[in-house]
Amino acid sequence: MFSTLRKTLPFSRFLSTLAASLAFSTNLKAKQIEWNEAESFLERTSRFWQMQDQSVQIVVLGSILIGISCGLVGSYVVTRRLSLFGDTLSHAVLPGIAIGFIWSQSKDNLALLIGATVAGFLGVTCLTLLQKYTPIRQDSALGIVLSGFYAIGICLLTRIQKMEFGNQSGLDSFLFGQASALSINDIWGIGITLAGIGLFVLATHKELLISGFDPSFARSIGIHTMLLQYGLWILLAFCIITSLQVIGVILASALLIIPAATASLLVKRMNTYLFLASVMGGIAGLGGTFLSFLGQGLPTGPLIVLVSTFLFLLVLGFRPKTGIFTHWNFSRTHSMRIKAENTLKTIYHILESQNFERTSITSQDLMQRIGLGRGDCDREIRLLVRMNLATQRSTRDSSKLPGQSLITLTPEGWEYACKIVRNHRLWELYLTSEAEYAPDHVHEDAEKIEHVLGDQTIRQLERILSNPREDPHGKLIPSLDDMEHGWIKNKNATQKGFRSGNPA
Amino acid sequence: MKLIPEFNFSKVFLEPWSSPALIDWNGQIMLMGFMVCWTCGIIGSFIVIRRMALMGDAISHGILPGLAIAFIIGGSMGLGSMFFGACVAGLACNYCIEWLHTHTPLREDAAMGLVFTSFFAFGVTLISMNSHIHIDPGCLLYGEIGLIPLSEKWKVFDVEIGNRSLWAIGLVFCGVLIATVLFYGPLLVTSFDSTLAKSMGIPVKATHMGLMLALALSTVASLEAVGVILVVAMFVFPPVTAAFFLQRLPAILIGTFPLGIIYTWGGFHLAHWLDCSIAAAIAVVATLLFIPACLLGPNGGILWRLKFKT
Repeated sequence: MFSTLRKTLPFSRFLSTLAASLAFSTNLKAKQIEWNEAESFLERTSRFWQMQDQSVQIVVLGSILIGISCGLVGSYVVTRRLSLFGDTLSHAVLPGIAIGFIWSQSKDNLALLIGATVAGFLGVTCLTLLQKYTPIRQDSALGIVLSGFYAIGICLLTRIQKMEFGNQSGLDSFLFGQASALSINDIWGIGITLAGIGLFVLATHKELLISGFDPSFARSIGIHTMLLQYGLWILLAFCIITSLQVIGVILASALLIIPAATASLLVKRMNTYLFLASVMGGIAGLGGTFLSFLGQGLPTGPLIVLVSTFLFLLVLGFRPKTGIFTHWNFSRTHSMRIKAENTLKTIYHILESQNFERTSITSQDLMQRIGLGRGDCDREIRLLVRMNLATQRSTRDSSKLPGQSLITLTPEGWEYACKIVRNHRLWELYLTSEAEYAPDHVHEDAEKIEHVLGDQTIRQLERILSNPREDPHGKLIPSLDDMEHGWIKNKNATQKGFRSGNPA
Repeated sequence: MKLIPEFNFSKVFLEPWSSPALIDWNGQIMLMGFMVCWTCGIIGSFIVIRRMALMGDAISHGILPGLAIAFIIGGSMGLGSMFFGACVAGLACNYCIEWLHTHTPLREDAAMGLVFTSFFAFGVTLISMNSHIHIDPGCLLYGEIGLIPLSEKWKVFDVEIGNRSLWAIGLVFCGVLIATVLFYGPLLVTSFDSTLAKSMGIPVKATHMGLMLALALSTVASLEAVGVILVVAMFVFPPVTAAFFLQRLPAILIGTFPLGIIYTWGGFHLAHWLDCSIAAAIAVVATLLFIPACLLGPNGGILWRLKFKT
């Protein structure tokens, strides 16, 4: 039965060769960079960074250059929302590569390049026509061009597998890329592409910027936006085609999108954006080649993509202000500050309830007031001590329970405590007198706002309330004078007053 | 050897059906093709309406690490672990895209391109690091429907009930069909007007998730046959081609059935003529059919528009 099957199904015959050649043909790599099983991880690392092998030099140089050029073009791709356009274009060049191969009967780089460029342009034209003349929406049009061209390309490639051209092994590497097969000529091609991109960006930097962010304004001042658009597409096509050698058709768009997306999280201005994106691309190229050098048969292209994804995640986590970890750290320190402020306020309240006759309180007082256990109380005090807002010393007073300590505010602590209480009471007063809240409803609100009121707001509140001395509950509002001199002018207290840090 | 071999009617159209063994073998291929086209066509119709055609592309790439991890943990390519891994990875991919889109200044297209290429690269690296995984990376990209009859037999209680791949796609197809019939209303409303759907109390998010789940499942089931990229053709071409002739969604959904049959039949024989990959040939037939539809279709076709303009 199998013999009849084989007759009509030549697939099974060539499939073994197909699978063997497609399964990341690492034979080439093994030939170029001699793999030594006995070599340790460190030895291999040092061998990579010394870069004495010429093949290593070529691969590293090629990957870095590709990373830089993809980063540059990618910046424009991402800001102009063309990300998926790049993906489509990279798939659409496949039939061109196959036809270039058939035309030249070998893996001639120039023929492949011409074929890929023609196919890329056909793809772009189809896309434009579909969008202009049919009701098909953009996403479907991209999907049609992507899969249609790709299908034709695969048809041709599988056809070539069965034609007898002799040297055909290198063609499959276009799907996933094969960095180890880079030659000096490829490096020249990549270098020229990068130079072209650099020149284009330098020459039309201003025009690109304007037409990217405000096309109608750009047209109104006489910039040929369509011309620029086509120029950018040409560069995009060349960029993708040269990077196919290293990272392949499927992932070529990744190197365009990811470094630029990483840079877009960090900067707002186009110049720094371009710079950062190309640096990210270069680092990804270097890192990916290094990682793939470490293990046997590791594919370079996917590793370059993974390194750039790693960089992206790193930036996503640690970027200023809104990064996940930055934000977490901020909210942690924020809640610590609020905790310290609340403790300071409690200490102030205790001192106030004693009419400021004593300068320090015991930890017993604090425990009673906050209603926390000893461990929690000690932790809060330690926080204050660490922030240099209070001092703590153990007492030998026999009238107190053993293990008690005396807590004294430092001048800074005193000032801080006054400020918080002042914020709280001013806000309460404001709510009752201006916003007409009932006096027993204002405390919760003031509890929250006291931590965030700035100096300017406080000045304003004072002006509105004409420098009050008492809050709605009849308690004194500590004034600026009290803060500076470290004592409260209390009508009930003795004139002895309170001087923080050094008892009068 | 020429690029395009001579056309021989009897060799292309008659020889594949000339003996019972061949009919059995090729029949399985055709059946697989039909079911892949139908399953993907139904899901694709909803995806195209929702303007998420490239989401299909993204999810089909994004399931790869799920498959690889399922293989590493499970040790073999069991049907259940494959489906489970793919669903988890597909939903994770979808979630990551949405999170990036809503929580960072990145646009949706950039978020999509970033996430699915990263997932795919991760999957490819995992596969190439574990050489015992028998996933051929080339097969992932364009599948090999010609080998479907060779896939292992599925056994239930020690009784052989036939080809495993066929059963997998068959089950997914039935599931998709039943789900479409059951949840047709919610799917329709959420596709066209999500605000209205919300006001009617339809769970929009859950419907979206369900659709993404179905997308991941059908991609896995058709992976062996058509690979992750050609599956996009199966998603996009049937509804888009049908929409040039038909206006209403139920008609388009039914229209994917004859289209699936034409695609598979045409692709199978085209591949026999040209001696190339059947899956790619099916997609090429879909592309070739799309061109006249786009020109001549009464519903927005280019020539009809030109005629009415003058």
